[in-house]
Amino acid sequence: MISEIISVENSSSSSNKYENKYYQRFAPFLRFTHLLIVISFLSLAVTGMIIKFSDVSVFQTLSDFLGGYQVTGFIHRVGAIITFIYFALHLHFLFRKRRETSAKYLFTGENSMMFNKRDFTEFIATMKWFFGKGPRPDYGRWTYWEKFDYFAVFWGVAVIGFSGLILWFPEIFTYIGIPGWFINIATIIHSDEALLAVGFIFTVHFFNTHFRPDKFPIDITIFTGSMPVEELKYDRPRQYKALMESGELDDRLVPPPSPFLVKIAKIFGFTALFIGLSIIIMIIYSMIFLYK
Amino acid sequence: MKTFLIFLLFLNTFLFSQSSSVCFDCHNDKELTLSRNSNDISLFVDESKYHSSVHADLDCIDCHADFDPENIPHKEGVNIAKVNCSDCHDTEEFAESFHAEKQIQCFDCHSKHQIQTASVIKKNQVDLCITCHKQSSVKTYTQSVHFEKLQEGNESLSCVGCHGGSAHKIAEANVTEEVLHNICGNCHEQTVHNYEKSLHGIALAKGKYLAPNCITCHNQHNILSSKNTKSKTYKMNVPQLCGNCHKDGTDVSEMKNIDQKHILENYSESIHGDGLFKRGLIVTAVCNDCHASHNILPHQDPNSSINRNNIAATCSKCHAQIESVHVKVIEGELWEKEPHKIPACIDCHQPHSVRRVIYDEKYTDNYCMTCHIDENLHMEKNDKRISLFVDYKSFKNSAHQENSCIKCHTNINVANKPVCLNSGPVDCSSCHAQEVNDYVQSYHGKLHAENNDVAPYCTDCHSKHETKLKSDPESMTFRKNIPELCANCHREGEKAAERYTGDQHHIVESYNESIHGLGLIKSGLTVTAVCVDCHTSHLELPASDTLSAVNPKNIPTTCSKCHYGIYEKFQSSVHSPNVTKTDKKLPTCYDCHKSHSIERVERGDFRQGIIDQCGTCHEEVTRTYFETFHGKVSRLGEVGAAKCYDCHGSHNILPPDNPNSTLSRTNVVETCRNCHPNSNHKFVGYLSHATHHDQDKYPYLFYTFWAMTFLLVGTFTFFGLHTLFWFPRALKEKRRLKKEHEKHN
Repeated sequence: MISEIISVENSSSSSNKYENKYYQRFAPFLRFTHLLIVISFLSLAVTGMIIKFSDVSVFQTLSDFLGGYQVTGFIHRVGAIITFIYFALHLHFLFRKRRETSAKYLFTGENSMMFNKRDFTEFIATMKWFFGKGPRPDYGRWTYWEKFDYFAVFWGVAVIGFSGLILWFPEIFTYIGIPGWFINIATIIHSDEALLAVGFIFTVHFFNTHFRPDKFPIDITIFTGSMPVEELKYDRPRQYKALMESGELDDRLVPPPSPFLVKIAKIFGFTALFIGLSIIIMIIYSMIFLYK
Repeated sequence: MKTFLIFLLFLNTFLFSQSSSVCFDCHNDKELTLSRNSNDISLFVDESKYHSSVHADLDCIDCHADFDPENIPHKEGVNIAKVNCSDCHDTEEFAESFHAEKQIQCFDCHSKHQIQTASVIKKNQVDLCITCHKQSSVKTYTQSVHFEKLQEGNESLSCVGCHGGSAHKIAEANVTEEVLHNICGNCHEQTVHNYEKSLHGIALAKGKYLAPNCITCHNQHNILSSKNTKSKTYKMNVPQLCGNCHKDGTDVSEMKNIDQKHILENYSESIHGDGLFKRGLIVTAVCNDCHASHNILPHQDPNSSINRNNIAATCSKCHAQIESVHVKVIEGELWEKEPHKIPACIDCHQPHSVRRVIYDEKYTDNYCMTCHIDENLHMEKNDKRISLFVDYKSFKNSAHQENSCIKCHTNINVANKPVCLNSGPVDCSSCHAQEVNDYVQSYHGKLHAENNDVAPYCTDCHSKHETKLKSDPESMTFRKNIPELCANCHREGEKAAERYTGDQHHIVESYNESIHGLGLIKSGLTVTAVCVDCHTSHLELPASDTLSAVNPKNIPTTCSKCHYGIYEKFQSSVHSPNVTKTDKKLPTCYDCHKSHSIERVERGDFRQGIIDQCGTCHEEVTRTYFETFHGKVSRLGEVGAAKCYDCHGSHNILPPDNPNSTLSRTNVVETCRNCHPNSNHKFVGYLSHATHHDQDKYPYLFYTFWAMTFLLVGTFTFFGLHTLFWFPRALKEKRRLKKEHEKHN
């Protein structure tokens, strides 16, 4: 982990008062939300891909292993309910935030998830950095890929969730006027959007967050909630700077996560990564060799 | 006027009788004679009779030409010219006749001066002929049936009718056989034709002197009706007639090699002869009832009335109700239809000595058992030791307990010692004709006919002497025991399974696990289907044979024996050949239900398997079925998901545009409701065989799919590259930091 290198480097300069100090990046509620997302998303992905690739033997074996369609169908629906719950909780969170702060706080500025002009320039700068034409950009609290992750889930939950509801309750939706063939449309949307979500999360998100060399093999910040200040300083210089300038950093300092929590977080995190990677390998295998 | 007519008549008489009257002056004298060679020859001509003859209008000199009327005698020393009838009459025919040859003169029949009209002569012709032909044999003609018929007006039956056809064409009486046949054949054409083909006729044609001709039996002139008790051919007299040649001691019996001996004697003692001679029954059978009257043929001839194949028909002319008498023996019609399958009448009822049935009296079971009680009794055949021991006790417990040994072992021969020597295997068809007939046509039977060792014979399934009824639980052919019986050969590894090359394997195991087998074994149902219910008991044939009960064409009928309700539905379904006329193969019962491993349809294996089954023909819809929810879930082993027949119906399957189809506009909502209780008319618009690959058929799906694909490809391309570029940079960055860190240390 990069923080180890950085912290050691910093420890050499004895003047650093933030040595071994942790900055709380995620509030407990957000960590809980992500926990729900991980659990529900993995179960939905596993059980959903079983149907999507029902003609592939590995998925059929997986289905049998889990107890057949009745079981996976049940798991899928439970996953859907969890998804709707966290989606609702998050919407509630947003509304509360808006009420407590302001629309301006929610939609603009360093803490907002909304895309802005800086994301574009930061993307250009990142490209330059990738090709060695410039330094690593001074990323802030939310990088543009993190914002994309956020909206991908937001959009995904809405689209997959709604199409999923149609597939879950086709009789009701057709009763209120949706034509029968729209169930077929909903199937395609649900299925392909899910493939997009699964594919994106288990490759792009996994790399961007966990597998990129400076984080490899895992970043457990989302589970523990906190990250070493050194890491913050390296990873998100602009945020660090802002926090230092405003003096807010001291308010956000927390003790290091307990070894137990770290252990739990790592076990959980690695499990999730393992499951996700397994699925993506099975999908790639299916799509390359078997899927028509 | 009246006076004038009388005058004319008078004048006429006077004018024409002028010269004749001169002749009659002398010749009307009965005393007028001429003495020649010391014989007195009468020269008397009865004038009155002459005048009533057909020549009355002629003068004497019209016939008696060339003489001197003035002198008496008219031509001294010279005979006056003979009257030449041919001056006026065409006598060419007569000149060639037998009468002419024998110097018979016209006047011998027609008289000299009393010539009658043809009709009068015809009327009296028999008397006329008899005047010369005085033999009694000829005279008996007047008692013959021909004479009777002549009297009734049938002129062709007169003397000349047979002897030449015309009075002037009388032919020689001592004619050849050929001519004789022609003569009789003029009227009795068919009879003579039959005769000529007969044993007698052929012998005659070869010139065998012993051969009888028409006359031998029917006389020359005294031909009598067979109804006439005096006739030789009267029923009572037939044995005598035939016996003339065919009794012992005659030339025929000694010179001809006839199988049957003591024919007439045997006949006399037979039930037929007994009836005739002792009881005077003319309804009994005499020689010609069996051998035919004219068409007598040797029994080897297939057309013979006593040929083995025809004898039943011959006997049943009298014994019409023969089946009811032989009810235990045979199904009636087979006597005549397939006589080779069954014993002929004569097998039991010896010809000529017909009395009662031969068995029981002499060859009793006790007689047989004197030898066959020995457990070591055996014979050698093809180096195989075949036991001839009969467990009489168990035989008496068998289904055949009522029968005596000889009823089945018919092939005994009194000439052999013992009588049963080489009597061969029992032909069960004697009693079980239909079954054996089926067997012979069956594959088992065909193999057996080829002397194939593996082929089962009747006794292999039914045993020899211990045969039990199929209703007997101890019988090998009791329904419960049949699968095991068939398994003896058809179980994997056994002889029938070894030579079988088809695609049905582990038949016995499959059957035992099938719904039919479980019904039998687990539920103990004897009404469940066992082997013979589908394959028939005796007419087993390979499914490829169009006569086979399990041929695809016949299998619906076979299954309908039990599943009739299903059959009715199936017959009106789109899969029935009655409905769909096509060259392609239509599915039949066992395509879906399998032949031996037939399953309960509720079972998962069946429900899953049916998709592949339908898919063998309906490839496209099956493929697209698997692209939609029902198919995908089914593929994951979900038994409950809708299978083909859940929507399309199973046996009553019809095209969706048929109003009676389960998927017709009126029925589809209800059909979906089986699984989706809230089904509605928009819900049923779900495309259960949709594919997003068909742009024309499903454009919405097609474009949705490609829009989604575009989105996926776009996103993955963008972030794929993003990651790809990031990775080496991040790696370098990490190395740099590490280096700096190490340097620092």
